Amino acid sequence: MPVTFALMGDFALPLKSLFTHLGHRVIPPPPVTENTIRLGTRHSPELACYPLKVNIGNYIESLERGADTIVMAGGVGPCRFGYYAQVQREILKDMGYDFNMIIIDPPQCGLEELWQKLSSLNNGKNWRQILFALRVFWAKTKALDRLHQKALIARPRQKSRGLVTRVYREHVGLLDRAETPADIREVCRAWEKALEETAAKAPQKPTRIALVGEVYMLLEPYANLDIESTLGDMGVEVERSIYISDWIRDHVLLRNLKLKRGGSYKRAAAPYLQHFIGGHGWESIGDTVLAAKRGFDGVIHILPFACTPEIVAQSILPRVSRDNHIPVMSLSFDEHSARAGFITRLEAFVDLLRHGRAPGAKPCTPRLAGEKPGKFSPLG
Amino acid sequence: MVKIGIPRALLYYTYYPAWKKFFETLGVQVVLSGTTSKTTLDAGIRAAVDETCLPVKVFLGHLIDLKEKGVDYIFCPRVISVEPKRYLCPKFLGLPNMALHLVKGLPPLLDMEVNLHKKADDLPRQLYRLARRFTMNPFKIRKSIAAAWKEEQAYAGRLRQGYTPYDLLENPAAARAQNRNMKIAVLGHTYNINDPFLSMNLFERLRSQGAEVITSEMLTEEEVLQGVSRLEKDIFWTFGKEILGTANYLLEKREVDGVIILVSFGCGPDSLIVDLIERSYKRAGTIPLLKITLDEHTGDAGVLTRLEAFMDLVQWRDVKCR
Repeated sequence: MPVTFALMGDFALPLKSLFTHLGHRVIPPPPVTENTIRLGTRHSPELACYPLKVNIGNYIESLERGADTIVMAGGVGPCRFGYYAQVQREILKDMGYDFNMIIIDPPQCGLEELWQKLSSLNNGKNWRQILFALRVFWAKTKALDRLHQKALIARPRQKSRGLVTRVYREHVGLLDRAETPADIREVCRAWEKALEETAAKAPQKPTRIALVGEVYMLLEPYANLDIESTLGDMGVEVERSIYISDWIRDHVLLRNLKLKRGGSYKRAAAPYLQHFIGGHGWESIGDTVLAAKRGFDGVIHILPFACTPEIVAQSILPRVSRDNHIPVMSLSFDEHSARAGFITRLEAFVDLLRHGRAPGAKPCTPRLAGEKPGKFSPLG
Repeated sequence: MVKIGIPRALLYYTYYPAWKKFFETLGVQVVLSGTTSKTTLDAGIRAAVDETCLPVKVFLGHLIDLKEKGVDYIFCPRVISVEPKRYLCPKFLGLPNMALHLVKGLPPLLDMEVNLHKKADDLPRQLYRLARRFTMNPFKIRKSIAAAWKEEQAYAGRLRQGYTPYDLLENPAAARAQNRNMKIAVLGHTYNINDPFLSMNLFERLRSQGAEVITSEMLTEEEVLQGVSRLEKDIFWTFGKEILGTANYLLEKREVDGVIILVSFGCGPDSLIVDLIERSYKRAGTIPLLKITLDEHTGDAGVLTRLEAFMDLVQWRDVKCR
């Protein structure tokens, strides 16, 4: 049973290695292209949020390549994501595909049950082989996240445009081929060295922007029009608020050991929102406050079009922005997003941040997330 | 006397009789915002983030209406969950926060938290805390909670007899048209289908064509649960359960001649729930289904054409099958 899953940035790598070590043939979906989006949009409900549509595109492309088992995560609400798998299964069934869908729902995701789910996937491997598979999976996840962070810092300081992205992609390929934790460490060392070598002789102090928002849109570069490298190549240092390895540590490992970690975003968000609203809405508010406290120049809030929790966040963010004196721009993406207008908006935002910082510059009031155009706007 | 404003939107259609009873027994005057109109909607649209769904925009419009009416407080509870293991949609979870940040100069919000997700008996405690703002007399508070509860039961009972919230709250004089020939189920969020402005007066239009309107409130809890019992994964939205449960139950029993679903553009849960309904109706092929998407671009001509075509289809099927 060739296994497949939905893409979410480079997280496909650790997943592929996990299932391979468990003795499955893995057919990862090909990278997202225009065709993926076209397929996904054609067969998904019109008003479903963007990640569901991209997932469907991924599934169709891998099922066409011979996969017959889809592994997908679930949830308990109130965010729509928790019901994704149920709808996706029906869509693919109606399209006439014959496949098996394994849904990993978090309420059953105590460590023991996670273990059982994995055992059902383990293809006759013994517990030592399973542990080894998990070790490699974890090492790859962590390596990817750490080097991703380093690449974000290196990009605005690079010698020439696109250099860091090229180095990064090359080494992702090497990591994909690494089989053991020792190999992974080896790749990481080479990777770090190569990233260091990209630095320009006298780099300028870059503008710093924090990216907050919905996890899928943050992690999948095709969906967010590659916002990280676009900003990085403009000379902006970007920090992403969510990493998979942090998420796994907080939600799968620590929660089950009854050690709740973090919560700093909850404290930070407390003046504006005191309750969980599903998805990453609460985090978006808290991370924006934290970014202001940590001296970022601006915040970009990313959401899929009409994402319910993030709209609650977007409604509150203008106030957060005013109170904490940090410019915030919300960008929503869907299958209609186009790159030209997007780049213009990014450039304008970055210009605004740079001018705001210039010595003696007049303090400016940026147009904030969620605010309507002013009286003199041609749209107003 | 203290005046409390209640917006004529969202959960108003589900809980208003109980809320009114509760506050009036406490000795507080209840002021309702006006009926939804173009003005309400426009005010709401100006306040809201573009991508917000229609009913929340309308809700904001009603808040502005109440602000202009000059009330002392506005009742805007944070309703997280009204039954174990199910939530309302995320917008209800953040509703008081959204309201505060989007509408400037609001009177203080009376926000209480209703969260029966894990603890089913938390409600009286929350109500008690809310009532303490108006009276310190514990007997009076207890009495108002009991009266509100009784009122809620009575309201639910009346709904089950075949009345819609619209009939009971907005138009008590109207006689319910009983018609055995044609039954049309209207599904969707209570606050969309019962607001005559949003639904483009759908109930009246259907009744004037001689149809009996069925809504999910007319089904018993057991019937709705029976409708969702065959799902592989239990549904975690209360409204989603009602819509999907009713749709599946009606499809199974084949007691109606047609089903109309109203969805608001940008409704998160409905984008998935209604897709599942459409699929099962298509597979079964026994009951015609009309899905209408509502947004703020009012203009009823297109919707009316579709409605007429649908009614023609239902009647034509009726003649042909007989």
